[in-house]
Amino acid sequence: MLHLIARRLLQAIPTLWLIATLTFVLLHLAPGGPFDEEKPVPPEVRAQIEAHYGLNLPLHQQYVRFLGSLLQGDLGPSYKYAGWRVDEIISQSFPVSLELGGWALLIALALGIPIGVIAALQHGKAAETALMGVAMVGICLPTFVLGPLLLLVFSSGLGWFNPLGWSVPSDRLLPALTLGLFYGAYIARLTRSGMLDTLHHDYIRTARAKGLSERLVVLRHALRSALYPVVAYLGPALAGLISGSFIVETIFFIPGLGMFFVNSAFNRDYTLVMGTVLFYAVWIILFNLLVDLIQMWMNPRTRHED
Amino acid sequence: MRTKHTRESAASEARSLERDAWERLCRNRMARIGGLVFAAICLLCLIGPLLSPHTYATTNLAYGAQPPSWQHWFGTDDLGRDILVRTLVGGRISIGVGFTATAVALIIGVAYGMLAGYAGGRTESIMMRCVDTLYALPFTIIVILLTVLIEDGGIYLIFLAIGAVEWLTMARIVRGQTKALRRLSFVDAARVNGVNTARILRRHILPNLLGPVIVYTTLTIPAVILLESVISFLGLGVQPPMSSWGTLIHSGSLKIDVYPWQLIFPGLFFSLTIFSLNFIGDGLRDALDPQDGK
Amino acid sequence: MRHHHIHLLLCTISLFFTCCDARITNVARGNAARELYFGIGTEPAGLDPHLITGLTELHVTVALFEGLATLDSRTMEIRPGVARSWEISEDGKTYTFHFDPQARWSNGDPVTAQDFLYSFQRILSPALGAPYAYMLFDMKHAEAYNKGDTKDFAQVGARAPNPATLIIELNQPTPYFLSLLTHYTWWPVHPPTIEKHGGMTQRISEWTKPGNFVGNGPFTLESWRINSSLYAKKNPRYRDPDSVWLNGVHFLPIQADAEERAFRAGHLHLSSTILPHRIDWYRQHMPERMRFDTALGVYYYMLNTSREPLNDPRVRQALAYSIDREAITEHVLKAGQEPAYHFTPPRTGGSYTARTRISYNPDLARRLLAEAGYPDGTGFPSFEILYNTSESHRAIAVAIQQMWNKELGIDVKLYNQEWKVYLSTRQSGNFDILRAAWFGDYDDPNTFLSLGKSDNGNNHTKWNNPQYDTLIEQATREQDPDRRFEIFQQAEAILLAELPVIPIYFYVTSRLIHPSVQGWHANILDYHPYQSVELID
Repeated sequence: MLHLIARRLLQAIPTLWLIATLTFVLLHLAPGGPFDEEKPVPPEVRAQIEAHYGLNLPLHQQYVRFLGSLLQGDLGPSYKYAGWRVDEIISQSFPVSLELGGWALLIALALGIPIGVIAALQHGKAAETALMGVAMVGICLPTFVLGPLLLLVFSSGLGWFNPLGWSVPSDRLLPALTLGLFYGAYIARLTRSGMLDTLHHDYIRTARAKGLSERLVVLRHALRSALYPVVAYLGPALAGLISGSFIVETIFFIPGLGMFFVNSAFNRDYTLVMGTVLFYAVWIILFNLLVDLIQMWMNPRTRHED
Repeated sequence: MRTKHTRESAASEARSLERDAWERLCRNRMARIGGLVFAAICLLCLIGPLLSPHTYATTNLAYGAQPPSWQHWFGTDDLGRDILVRTLVGGRISIGVGFTATAVALIIGVAYGMLAGYAGGRTESIMMRCVDTLYALPFTIIVILLTVLIEDGGIYLIFLAIGAVEWLTMARIVRGQTKALRRLSFVDAARVNGVNTARILRRHILPNLLGPVIVYTTLTIPAVILLESVISFLGLGVQPPMSSWGTLIHSGSLKIDVYPWQLIFPGLFFSLTIFSLNFIGDGLRDALDPQDGK
Repeated sequence: MRHHHIHLLLCTISLFFTCCDARITNVARGNAARELYFGIGTEPAGLDPHLITGLTELHVTVALFEGLATLDSRTMEIRPGVARSWEISEDGKTYTFHFDPQARWSNGDPVTAQDFLYSFQRILSPALGAPYAYMLFDMKHAEAYNKGDTKDFAQVGARAPNPATLIIELNQPTPYFLSLLTHYTWWPVHPPTIEKHGGMTQRISEWTKPGNFVGNGPFTLESWRINSSLYAKKNPRYRDPDSVWLNGVHFLPIQADAEERAFRAGHLHLSSTILPHRIDWYRQHMPERMRFDTALGVYYYMLNTSREPLNDPRVRQALAYSIDREAITEHVLKAGQEPAYHFTPPRTGGSYTARTRISYNPDLARRLLAEAGYPDGTGFPSFEILYNTSESHRAIAVAIQQMWNKELGIDVKLYNQEWKVYLSTRQSGNFDILRAAWFGDYDDPNTFLSLGKSDNGNNHTKWNNPQYDTLIEQATREQDPDRRFEIFQQAEAILLAELPVIPIYFYVTSRLIHPSVQGWHANILDYHPYQSVELID
């Protein structure tokens, strides 16, 4: 196990380097630069501005400088938000996004798994169709529809919640629901499908033959295997939560990192793009590793892999 | 002699399996309903606009944002265009893009994931690290680049961009499933017996992947349809006056409390399509379930 | 285990979420504490007056800095700022400013004339790369210093004989010079602070962060959480603290849609804009909460006159005359924008309104198109309208596309690009028709009409008319204001005959404003110092 973890962490280094390099190339290929404005500045002024940020150097020199500062842990200043360093922006905003994502994931799992399990157990009956119908609603309502809808009902309508912000604890609920219901629906469907797959397998029949109570059969054996595709989905779900959080953060005015993750590309804020991309990449790699470890624990047969 | 016999019976066995699956699918009530609804929607989208007195592009500025009426069954948008026609025309784009892009993602993702999961070891590591890398790249920049590099791609570019993103998730799920399946007893047995890899993949692994793959496919289609609206925001998708469900829903979501019909009708079509596709998918899954030997 | 514990868990979670928090609105809180909550729409890109370029940043910095003179936001008259009084020489080229002895920086240092010299030198230093350094070019030798022709700043026409006196020499008598002084490029920065954080020409500096920040305005930077809020607290060391009613201003960068929701919930006193689809609702329910002020800006389509068929002025005229601008401003934009039948916004510079007009005349348009060789649009090549992604640009483009199709029988395609790509395309000139906007840097027709000059860096139309160029140059040299405006009239007449640009409408600044806000006055530059603002319940 430790062997695997160490190896994956080591593999992360070339992966991150590749990500950094590809992003660097993509950014400089894209038309438009960080200092293009509606009222363009005279070329001499533009040259001066670019000199401050080293953008006038040949590309390979810029790349070396960029790698160098990266290795020293210096993510540089934001090009767009003068006065702010990239690491400041990330350290101020990320905890918020993390909390939002955490609640959303909790809701998604807390709603999705039970619904999926019950639906599978009620296979062929009306209850299953009803539950899956409810789950479908979560899929058909993207975050930019669900958010305003929830706000319309619970904030403008009933007045139970603030329409935006992240100051009091109750501010968490609507955004977390908006983000979480979507993923909850996916998880419900995957859980149900996974359970239906495994309910027929031999070892379930064996457990039944042994006379264990139905509940134990379901919970212990089927659930573990059924959750397998769900766990696999958690990796991409995290990535989705990250990019999806941008929309929720905009609707609810939450000071998270999503806004910078997306807008930095539009602003050609090279340093901020790089900082956010690498930051998230680290999390994605770690989370994927965690997910793989869980999968291995769940299915001991795959343990002697790699 | 034994081989020939096995091959023949295997072939007829396969045929009867397929017929069996089809029959089971048709018997599934929800799948039938789903199929009918979906067929109806497709028909409406194809033929409906031809029957309507309005076109999707004609603006009528003085009649902007009117609620549903006899003249305009679904009401009008801000520029006075008929929402019913725009929804139907948009459906053509969205369903087309939805299926094509998902098919692309499906083919690439399943193949990649299956190979990675089955190969294991170093190959799998490298393949999955590639997936991780592609995952982390900023999607926005990639799409922006695509709009610039490929001047006149139009619709086909959308498939490319979306397919390029969605296959990654499919690959991860398929790889996870494959790894689990690979160690199952009958797969081991087949390997020990010297059955070649392609055969194992096709006959043993692939059928058992169908469950999560089908589910995930039916979940990918709505994601693709909505992603298309994000892409057109970047200048890559449908250009006005053409519409798609994604852009209609996005526009409508901004006006949810003032002009709700602008969201409700395209949203309804979108939801019905997704519902019906998912019921079909569920039916498919049930019908093809190799273990479902009742 | 199951049931009881799960129930307990659920109860705890729901309690946590809906736990009692007395929800007092920001408006109520602000009215009681004398704090204004201002929605600025986007996160400001910086607070350095020598480097900022946008309206958002202006709204924040106008609270934090003060120049030699200020503007009365209601009458637009020049008022004393850091300078209590001034004299203008006979020939109109030398201004002598006497400083208010009460003028102080937020850390207690007095504001001296040397501070202004330092600031002028800073913004004019080529190494800093200040985008709006040209706003100081009326000062003698300022342009030379900025272009690097002179390395000695002492040559530039600004002197400080003593800490409380500043003398500025101009190239020529400039009637609007005092109003220039209210622009952020002429504001002072605190030299020790700048020096402590990288020096005069260091762009990448953290001097604008709370804790480092020093300014001389009525408010000072108290706290700043990025993408969350910026709080400017009353500066007790401001030269005239009694003139400031507010105790502080909260700037909230809430995006448009969420901003309207925030306003409705009492989260904001002022918003940055009103979305068109909300206007009808407010007109019906709360019309007094909407504010529309004429803005010094024009929305237009830029035509690439080097491409067929746009190289034929008759085609351009046909396109211009077949747009129903009234329909657009009334049904699409709805905020009381004025349809633009000329290019320079009306009453620019106080009294300049173009006499030449184009009109909505589809018949004339069809005749012109036929004359140009495309009767009823037959044979007319297709071209593209390019706009940057936005609901409203798209709506207007679609409307115009339809109008051209209906009236002229031609088919144009629409194409949108993301902002930076759009800017890049614009710069490269690789377009047929481009949606554009121009906001005046200062209240004078020159800022608009100079766009038509062939050597103007923002002129991407490839149109050049030597007569037009001559007229504009003449106008810059003309001293008599009436004769000057006459020259501009002639220039605009040429512009509207040739139509390398098609004006569509004149901008309006639209805001949602809470009834408790008093002293927020309309003006064309959207210049709102906060001294006059009071909050009355």
